[in-house]
Amino acid sequence: MVFNSPTLSYSLLAPILIILSGALIGVLIEAFVGKTRRPAVQLSVALSSLVLALIQVIRIRDLSSTTAAMGSVVIDGPGLLFQGAILIIAIISIFLIADQDNFTASPAALPGSDEERQATQSGTVLTEIYPLTLFAVAGMLLFPIASDLITLFVALEVLSLPLYLMAGLSRHRRLASQEAALKYFLLGAFSSAFFLFGSAYLYGYAGTVSFAGIHAAVVGGTGNDVILLLGIAFVAIGLLFKVGAVPFHAWSPDVYQGAPTPITGFMAAATKVAAFGAMLRLFYTVLAEAQWQWRPFFMVIAIITMIFGSLVAISQRDVKRMLAYSSIAHAGFLLTGVIALNKAGLEASIYYLFAYGVATVGAFGIVTLVRDSSGEVSDLNRWAGLGKRSPWVASAFAFFLLAFAGIPLTSGFIGKFAIFSAAYESGATAVVIVGVLSSAIAAFFYIRVIVLMFFTDATEDGTSVVIPSILTRLTIFISLVITVALGVFPAPLLDFIKPLAIFIR
Amino acid sequence: MTALLPLTGAVLLATLPKSAELRAKQFAFGTTLVTAASAIAMAVQFQRDNTDLQFVEVRSWIPSFGINYAVGIDGIALVLILMSVILAPIVILAGWNEAQGGRWSVKTFYILILVLETMMIGVFSATDVFLFYVIFEAMLVPVYFLIGGYGTGERSAAAVKFLLYSLFGGLLMLASIIALYVMSGDQAGHTFDLAKLANLEMSSTTQNFLFLGFFIAFAIKAPLWPFHTWLPDAAQSATPGTSVLLLGVLDKVGTFGMIRYCLTLFPEASKTFTPVIIVLAVISIIYGAILAIGQKDLKRLIAFTSISHFGFITMGIFAMTSQSQSGATLYMFNHGFSTAALFIVGGWMIARRGSSTISDFGGLQRVTPVMAWCFFLAGMSSLALPGLSSFVSEFLVLVGTYTRYPVAAIIATVGIILAALYILIPVQRALHGPTTPGNENLPDLNLREKIAIAPVLAAIIALGFYPAPLLNVINPAAVHVNSQLGFTDPVPTVEGK
Repeated sequence: MVFNSPTLSYSLLAPILIILSGALIGVLIEAFVGKTRRPAVQLSVALSSLVLALIQVIRIRDLSSTTAAMGSVVIDGPGLLFQGAILIIAIISIFLIADQDNFTASPAALPGSDEERQATQSGTVLTEIYPLTLFAVAGMLLFPIASDLITLFVALEVLSLPLYLMAGLSRHRRLASQEAALKYFLLGAFSSAFFLFGSAYLYGYAGTVSFAGIHAAVVGGTGNDVILLLGIAFVAIGLLFKVGAVPFHAWSPDVYQGAPTPITGFMAAATKVAAFGAMLRLFYTVLAEAQWQWRPFFMVIAIITMIFGSLVAISQRDVKRMLAYSSIAHAGFLLTGVIALNKAGLEASIYYLFAYGVATVGAFGIVTLVRDSSGEVSDLNRWAGLGKRSPWVASAFAFFLLAFAGIPLTSGFIGKFAIFSAAYESGATAVVIVGVLSSAIAAFFYIRVIVLMFFTDATEDGTSVVIPSILTRLTIFISLVITVALGVFPAPLLDFIKPLAIFIR
Repeated sequence: MTALLPLTGAVLLATLPKSAELRAKQFAFGTTLVTAASAIAMAVQFQRDNTDLQFVEVRSWIPSFGINYAVGIDGIALVLILMSVILAPIVILAGWNEAQGGRWSVKTFYILILVLETMMIGVFSATDVFLFYVIFEAMLVPVYFLIGGYGTGERSAAAVKFLLYSLFGGLLMLASIIALYVMSGDQAGHTFDLAKLANLEMSSTTQNFLFLGFFIAFAIKAPLWPFHTWLPDAAQSATPGTSVLLLGVLDKVGTFGMIRYCLTLFPEASKTFTPVIIVLAVISIIYGAILAIGQKDLKRLIAFTSISHFGFITMGIFAMTSQSQSGATLYMFNHGFSTAALFIVGGWMIARRGSSTISDFGGLQRVTPVMAWCFFLAGMSSLALPGLSSFVSEFLVLVGTYTRYPVAAIIATVGIILAALYILIPVQRALHGPTTPGNENLPDLNLREKIAIAPVLAAIIALGFYPAPLLNVINPAAVHVNSQLGFTDPVPTVEGK
């Protein structure tokens, strides 16, 4: 028997390798660097590995359209764009994560115990969060470029496991946070099982796990269509769970609410990019020829996701839950990009994901600032009159909300326009009409928050906006600038995406 | 171009310190004056017999969608831009102190006004459908904050109602625009150019649906019955100055859009829906007038009279004769001024009396003769007294409509009789009769206020006797619109004088 040593094409995999080694260095730092110096060292390691990875992504953009790691990873334009978007979002969020006031000092201590109090008083900070973030980022980078089902599954787990943990690390309301983590983990495990189940069917259908092989089998059309259909359905369920599409959304409001806010922002933004990246690859390339099997199914999911997310968000009284339902609605809008199944749809989806991700991180960054003596205030009623007390913070939040609502001159509008016109072009008129109508519904609850902040007088006091640290300020500022710039001058990014947005099979 | 002047002003204004209130006002006033001057200079260069778009400027904005920053104006747009830029300084001067009671600083108020002015000019001059839509929607934001932040009474509820109505209409229009965009991709390469989109071929069903998307958005904006319910609330809650801009200028975007977009893009569908629209317009005329008669609140009264007036404008547009369309355009201009006069003078009355209920006034003619005469004149203009500007436009609309839809024109004439009622009743209650206790010591207009209202009233009288300068600009454009639609006038047009 002859063993061939695998060729890996290290330079193409370098972004992931850089992040992984950054994470491993982070683990070593936990062991060997003194407590006091740890936060600064960890932050600089995390930040520099993210930046290095981004530079490497930019450097290999011309070498793209090739496979690496023996065909289990494909490096092409969209893949690199997704990686770039994830890295930029991660860089913006890492500043937010650096605000240690959001994380419990000692995750292992029982909530309310003496041990916890001591740890908090001693000023211990939780620096493990940086390597965990990097591990999650590595998984996210791999997810949209995976080119066989096994790699896809590994990436899914690598990105999910740290997130489950990070969701439980909130300093305030720790029980809710732990409940969120457990819920996320259980439902996530469940969806992974669905995904594996579906992968097994697809393997049974095509006799291979590689995307190219499955594609060939789909084109050849010799296999059993029932098995193909089952495989598509179960794999889709696993992916739809990650993006929070109805009816697989049940985890997201609780997790969004319970997780530490910087993690919520990071997770909401980056996971969406990664999961939609993988979904777009799978359905645009591998299963494009089987569109009659999955497009009707996706149309129904998109329609109920958009309507449900927008309607339920109206009744939310908690800002994080409201943003959770809003992100469900946005998942619906993004699904119209998957349904479009044309080049315009791919470009629009990439643009939308980036714009939405950046605005999301910014919005959650602002949520971390509104606090009272016992921590963050996410009850919307207590946001009343914020515009009077802290006009800048309230205006920035209002702007992000307008971007979510898709008001012109914000990035959200261009994204919505692009994605709806792509879907319309593909003939999915009904989905577009529902999308436009649910945008109108969604505008209502975004505007209600603006009314609360600006036009309602504060009933009681005690809610105040903390003076943001420089890093948090940086997060919000960068997000704001990107959101404005993409709204007023979207051309450079759109032109940048256009030539790259071609999947290779 | 001119559009950027107020925006620059707004940016500069933002750098002023919050405490420099007087400076902010003077600066904003100066900016609007300069803008008005530059717009008038532009109007002088305008070649009125040339039916092509003039002052065209095209810059690439988002090339991957074929979106351009494209502006250019015809006679209709020119008239409306003139109206906007002339009203802006008047509004600032007339409501010198109206920003005081707001939630935020005086400076913010004027920044919002200047941003709004930029968008008003932009929305009338855009020739790229996408650019138009962007401004059309973005305009809502400053108005929303103007109503909600500086208004009175139920201001935040009124602001939200206004915003949601308009957003809903706007999103329907967005759906239509997306459809147009996709179709243009199939036929001519992706574009938003109005002229190219007008040549698209589409089935009549498609055209009807797309027409409705645009039309409902515009019918909400220029409130046509049954889409009008937001207007009285918004007008009641907004400051007088905001109301002038809202009813005088912003709502004109609706009627302007009907001419520029509905008729140009969907000529067939426009013809199909004309009977329905004429009926809605006639209902608006009568309904607005009857409700105006019953109003106890001065601002609501003016709002309902406007619904009636917008009925006339819409009827004029969809009667599709060049006479009625010229009349409708002139009507837009005149309505801007007469509503401005009503709101400005009414606003002064309300500020002095501290109440907007009509029955709280009384005998103002004796106490404040100048203010009373101004209100009287504004009211007469609103009911289209011959010799005042609105008469010419109302007459043109009715004559133009009569040649094609005699029944509608005759019913609409009833609106004129009702107009006499809804104006004369408040005039009698507020100005004449015994002086209501509490009104004895109200001060009359001061010099600033006299200066502010003088040009409005002068325009109302002057254009009543000699409307030719405006009509000469409007007529070629209206004839051009009609000829594009393939309509010839049923009877030879008489030069409207």
